Amino acid sequence: MKLVDEYRDPAVARYLLEQIRELCDGPLNIMEICGGHTHSIVRSGMEQVLPPTIKFVHGPGCPVCVTPTAKIDQAIALARRPRTIIATYGDMMRVPGSSSSLLQEKAKGAHVKIVYSSLDAVRLAVENPDSEVVFFAVGFETTIPANGLSVIRAKQLGLTNYSMLSNHVLVPPVIRAVLDDPAVRIDAFLGPGHVSTIVGSQDYEFIPAEYHRPVVISGFEPNDILESLFMILKQRREGRCEVEVQYSRAVTKYGNPRALDVVKDVFSPVEQEWRGIGAIAESGLSLREELRAFDAYHKFHDWMPLQRPEEPSECVCGEITRGVKEPRDCASFGTGCTPERPLGACMVSTEGTCAAYYRYQLVTVQTGGVRD
Amino acid sequence: MNRQRLARSRPLTMEELPDVVQIAHGSGGKLTHQLIETLFVPLFDNPCLKALGDQAILDPSTERMALSTDAFVVKPYVFPGGNIGDLAVNGTVNDLLMGGATPAYLTASFILEEGLPTKELAFVAESMAIAAKKAGVQIVAGDTKVVERGAADGLYITTTGVGFVPKGLQWSPAHIRAGDVVIVSGTIGDHGASVLAHRFGIDFESQIQSDTACLREVVMAVRDLPGIRCMRDPTRGGLATTVQELSHTSGLNLRIRETSIVLQEDVRGICEVLGLDALYLANEGKLVAVVAPEEADECLRIMRTVKESKDAAVIGEVTDDIPGFASLETYIGAVRVLDLLSLDQLPRIC
Amino acid sequence: MMCLAVPGEVLDIDGSIAMVDMAGVKRRVCIDLLAEVHPGDYVLVHVGFALQIIDEQEAQETLKLLRACFQEDLHAAVGSQQEGD
Repeated sequence: MKLVDEYRDPAVARYLLEQIRELCDGPLNIMEICGGHTHSIVRSGMEQVLPPTIKFVHGPGCPVCVTPTAKIDQAIALARRPRTIIATYGDMMRVPGSSSSLLQEKAKGAHVKIVYSSLDAVRLAVENPDSEVVFFAVGFETTIPANGLSVIRAKQLGLTNYSMLSNHVLVPPVIRAVLDDPAVRIDAFLGPGHVSTIVGSQDYEFIPAEYHRPVVISGFEPNDILESLFMILKQRREGRCEVEVQYSRAVTKYGNPRALDVVKDVFSPVEQEWRGIGAIAESGLSLREELRAFDAYHKFHDWMPLQRPEEPSECVCGEITRGVKEPRDCASFGTGCTPERPLGACMVSTEGTCAAYYRYQLVTVQTGGVRD
Repeated sequence: MNRQRLARSRPLTMEELPDVVQIAHGSGGKLTHQLIETLFVPLFDNPCLKALGDQAILDPSTERMALSTDAFVVKPYVFPGGNIGDLAVNGTVNDLLMGGATPAYLTASFILEEGLPTKELAFVAESMAIAAKKAGVQIVAGDTKVVERGAADGLYITTTGVGFVPKGLQWSPAHIRAGDVVIVSGTIGDHGASVLAHRFGIDFESQIQSDTACLREVVMAVRDLPGIRCMRDPTRGGLATTVQELSHTSGLNLRIRETSIVLQEDVRGICEVLGLDALYLANEGKLVAVVAPEEADECLRIMRTVKESKDAAVIGEVTDDIPGFASLETYIGAVRVLDLLSLDQLPRIC
Repeated sequence: MMCLAVPGEVLDIDGSIAMVDMAGVKRRVCIDLLAEVHPGDYVLVHVGFALQIIDEQEAQETLKLLRACFQEDLHAAVGSQQEGD
């Protein structure tokens, strides 16, 4: 596959690993903000082949993980509404609300459809004029323009049966929240590659400027990440602290202005609840007031659950997404909380930190045996 | 294929059958007999079935017998590269072959959905007949039931197969030793990818074909090699699940290499686009063989001369350092444990 | 888990929709988020939208650079080994 396979060359990986070992001169905690990076790191077993002083802290970059239980409950409530089709991305199906999930609701007969694209949800509305189609839309900056465009398209088509239950979250505010936590020990950031194709590298300038941590925006193949680590180490060696772009084939300084315009036209910033982290000012986006007709929360306000669910108390998802704790620090990990019966959302998504740990149980094989 | 005697009337032709399957086609009455006599018996054509007894009476050899059964509920029942019919034959035949057995007989039990076009049923039955002929098996007994519309996705088929294992041949994961070589007979994930691309109806255009195939020729070609420890067909749960099961049963570690596993380009594509892991996608025409190291080259050489395994490759080795678990050596040279998948894969955006 | 995006080649364009080939898998992709795109361009596809045109030249150059360093080191390593012999 062109533009993918080039970044999986084992020989180049070995070369980069050597360079990293050479440059590594002490402990280094790197937060990869994006769950896509977490997936690649865990799937490739990267931590085993890196110097043991380099540690990854898995950040809050999973829109599914950070969707609050209350929001899932709202989607479930709408799924139970007669003549209503819930359209959503496959990832959201298993996320547990306080008592059910969309997958369970589907099994009970609710109309829940997995869509690949937000425009598929609009098409569902066109094809089912007698039903309400609610697009349960989650996402970071990467997905928000696509979700936003579906509302523009529905408006152009004059659809009155399409609406969006949204949980849109923004990267910079949550990084600030993470860095403002005194417990956090992070020396550098692996910047999210695909978010950055939209927002540009300039959005992270505040991290070196205000918090004195280097950022390297990275691609998603193993060699991309290794090269980014090398670039972080090089910055440290040379006493630099800045935003660099390893993923230069897709990321520019100013991002994608058209996509950013769509975001501005459709959404406005709001305080957003992050699962396990809490509310962060201006860290979410909801539909602008003039588009309320497409906002499922307002359109079906009477159907929204009154009670706010409590987050499971034994779950440390919050600390895990903040990078303060690791899955193995959780008493429920692997026992009370498994991919089959997840407590928190970190176990729900296959790339949630806990599920990734559970699934790929890292084993270091060395001559003489198995570590950990 | 049914307990009652046939009401002897002029046999119908296929064209004279009703257009769709009706509840009465499963009631054991006249319609059932018409269906069996007009559709199944001529297609599956063999003396046992023609006798239309309550049972097929077989004449087994003195070899040991292998028995296997499998239910097929694939949705959609026609998919690129095959349909539920050839799948139902090949699936059970392959299960027999994996024990080193020469497949001989099958039974087929049908659950039909009311309203299923008869043409479709005939198409599926014909595929079964062709697959059975190719696999060298006779479909000697069967059953037909009809359920109400909406209670099944077109049709479900359960096949049971009988085969005979030559004297002295005893393939088993218990014979796996550290140092053995793991061979896979071709590309992986084809069937799973073809079905998933269809099932989620996500408007992808692709040429992905299911790999549904009978492995008889492959197995027969290498069966006499004494170094073969065991074989498995990596169907549900894919290659990862199969090597995990073999590791668990043998108490050893089957270690496969990411760089040695070959995917068809478009299977790769659909996996990248939907965020699926091909290691866990089903295969319906592939086998995994664990072979003694000294015979691996010969086994590979022979396999590559057979069409169904022309892309056979060594994908890993057996070690004893993570007992009971399979592992994957990744592109960057790390080794991680391959877990069993807890849930079906769903497409992801993230 | 965030934002699975895959590179694909634009085959043809019809208004705001382009047919994109992602490793042999083709799909109609919305190109409204891009100012300009042409057949033959490689775009990054996420949830059925083209997010960005991939700068192939940049990609090739960085790869070349990396491979050059790698080759240099390889030669150096091989060279020093031979000297050692």
